[in-house]
Amino acid sequence: MKKNKTIERAIHGVFLILGLLTVGCVLLITIYLVISGIPAIAEIGLFDFLFGTEWASTAAEPKYGILPFILTSVYGTAGAILIGVPIGFFAAVYLSKMANQKVKAFMEGAVSLLAGIPSVVYGLVGMLVLVPAVREIFDIPDGASLFSAIIVLAIMILPSIIKVSMTALEAVPKEYEDASLALGATPVETYFRVSAPAAKSGIAAAVVLGVGRAIGEAMAVMMVSGNVPNMPSLFQSVRFLTTAVASEMSYSSGLQQQALFSIALVLFLFIMLINATLNFFLKKEKD
Amino acid sequence: MSDIMTAKDLNLWYDQTQALKNVSIKIPEKSITAFIGPSGCGKSTFLKTLNRMNDLIPSVKITGEVCYNGQNIYDSSVDVNELRREIGMVFQKPNPFPMSIYDNIAYGPRTHGIKSKVKLDEIVEQSLRDAAIWDEVKDRLKKNALGMSGGQQQRLCIARALAVKPKILLMDEPTSALDPISTSRIEELAIELKKSYTIVIVTHNMQQAVRISDNTAFFLLGELIEYGETEKLFSQPVDKRTEDYITGRFG
Amino acid sequence: MLNKKRKAYTIAMKAAMYISTGLTAALVIFLVAYVFVKGIPHISWELLSTKPSYISGRIGILPDILNTLYIVLATLIFVIPLGVGAAIYLTEYAKNKKLVGIIEYAAETLSGIPSIIYGLVGMLFFCQFLGFKTSLLAGSLTLVIMNLPTVMRTTQESLKTVPQSYRDGAFGLGAGKWRVIRTVVLPGCVDGVITGCILSVGRILGESAALLFTAGFAHALNGIFEGLTSPGASLTVALYVYAKEQGEFGVAFAIAAILMILTLLINFSATLVSRYFAKKREL
Repeated sequence: MKKNKTIERAIHGVFLILGLLTVGCVLLITIYLVISGIPAIAEIGLFDFLFGTEWASTAAEPKYGILPFILTSVYGTAGAILIGVPIGFFAAVYLSKMANQKVKAFMEGAVSLLAGIPSVVYGLVGMLVLVPAVREIFDIPDGASLFSAIIVLAIMILPSIIKVSMTALEAVPKEYEDASLALGATPVETYFRVSAPAAKSGIAAAVVLGVGRAIGEAMAVMMVSGNVPNMPSLFQSVRFLTTAVASEMSYSSGLQQQALFSIALVLFLFIMLINATLNFFLKKEKD
Repeated sequence: MSDIMTAKDLNLWYDQTQALKNVSIKIPEKSITAFIGPSGCGKSTFLKTLNRMNDLIPSVKITGEVCYNGQNIYDSSVDVNELRREIGMVFQKPNPFPMSIYDNIAYGPRTHGIKSKVKLDEIVEQSLRDAAIWDEVKDRLKKNALGMSGGQQQRLCIARALAVKPKILLMDEPTSALDPISTSRIEELAIELKKSYTIVIVTHNMQQAVRISDNTAFFLLGELIEYGETEKLFSQPVDKRTEDYITGRFG
Repeated sequence: MLNKKRKAYTIAMKAAMYISTGLTAALVIFLVAYVFVKGIPHISWELLSTKPSYISGRIGILPDILNTLYIVLATLIFVIPLGVGAAIYLTEYAKNKKLVGIIEYAAETLSGIPSIIYGLVGMLFFCQFLGFKTSLLAGSLTLVIMNLPTVMRTTQESLKTVPQSYRDGAFGLGAGKWRVIRTVVLPGCVDGVITGCILSVGRILGESAALLFTAGFAHALNGIFEGLTSPGASLTVALYVYAKEQGEFGVAFAIAAILMILTLLINFSATLVSRYFAKKREL
């Protein structure tokens, strides 16, 4: 009997460790990023690092200002949201409320596929279709630009926006919609004035999720944004926080590499903030 | 009193199942008409044909006619939204929108194009007064309606229906989810409202039908078995099945 | 009749809905068609069965296919026991609500972290600190952390469907907790594990940023054990390198078409499996 108890206790211990694994991973990631990210910031100076407008890591007198990356990430994400959210929202309303079963099933498959396509494939198609098209249409020397990245990101966040909004819209009690119709509102008026407001926390969660996706995407934007550390402008080549890390990591060393870790730390802080916001909306949706 | 609403040979199918069989009825203006019958008898289904809420179910097929003020409401020229505005509905489960009390009431008028704040304020107050809930909520019009008690929510829903100035109010078992005190307040309200509105109420509660209605219709298995003055129907029913039902022999 | 304003509103909203849905559909159809049209002509037996050679100027993606396969296998071997264990802890052992909340929040956080950050930390921790160097193993372990929340969540979901009465019954017979878990709880989580595997495989196949600095770019042809300890490009990384650095768009599109087919297959099997389990649960 006694032996049994010891075994049970040991097994409990093993499961406890496994259970805490996710927490451990988050701590590991946080600690690693903080430890490796702080030195460069300390050396460069927080203000110069965050608000410096020039990044010239390989120059004779290197400059490590990441404001261009921060702004590019912020503008890029905002642009993607501005384009992706309305499209995703309207499609979600249509699919959850109006579409017949066949259309709905097809579109659900299509949206899952969109979510499953690897980012490098988006990058590849973007590189060969979108970038030349942007160059032609807007008559600019290089189509690899913030604008192209925004389009690719908008497409990439569509599935999350559509799926999460649909779930929220489908959870709206039918009673609300019946009441609205009985007051003489048309179905369309009902969807946008009753169903959508009733699902607003879920839709907000969808938007925040989209923000997280967009700000964290690296490979696809690397392939279409030109990857030059300019201050952001719609039709110029730009570099995002993510691509700043990715593009120089393989050949960097010393302060330059440390500065890349600091960029990752900044990106991580953005993501943690977004996660907290997401959690807030998801909790609200549950209530 | 003239008849505001009439149905003639109304049949309704859900896919293959016939839920209403040759229902014909005349509903007089400014009175309370009660529909009674065991569950599944078609009384709620019939109620919903009166403002075409059944249109929302794709598999429903309807034949026969329902006339409102002499106009067949299933005629293709009828605007169903306008119709539902004139024939309001209160549902079984109180279903206020997850918005403020004020916005709940203002929803209908706003939908129908009223934008002026002054006008809306006036409508909100009047509707809440008519639904006998003004005094309880006048200090918290901006609070979320979901914070109210079930009985208050139901009266709010009645006020919301009144805000678009309907002629008829359809009530689908409006008190079945409420406690006895809230129930009696809704009943008092219904009697008060009949001065200016025509009320059709579905109820599973026969005492309620006796207490408030002028006419009663008894439904069984999709058929209208008997229809007449409430007092007469409950004291001297003509049909054996009505008698069995009101004396509690089934259902 | 509806007044003009309401009519205009309804028409505008309907138009917005149709356009948005149509645009999404068109986009998906275009992407699939474009990738197939551009990629399938370049898929040949030679491409699939050889490794690249600078001498003959030949490009073959067999090493990348094998690397991807190794990464998928290695990741699953680690992530399944870990994810299932974590889920069992949460549903069977954990009594402290706060702790459960913290663990679940941590899992949420993990699924929100961008892959590039995983790549970076994977490089620092697995490649440098643990000394695995740039290798498929380091890449796989990085992906294990990324996919841990997925497997944990799907397992948790399926464990919730194991009726409490089964557990009570087993306990009532005098079985110890571990025995109950082995005999009653574990069989109940098969659904979740399979779903979790499918989702993880999808994510692993599509992953590139996390592998760039952990698994590297090499195209060497290796057996599985040798392969795991040496650097190697997955299909996605190979696509990136061929497209961005070598301008070999034909090969890149061939890989893209293969990835697209795999994505379709995974989505299809995920749907099938979830339908099958839903049916099984009804019985």
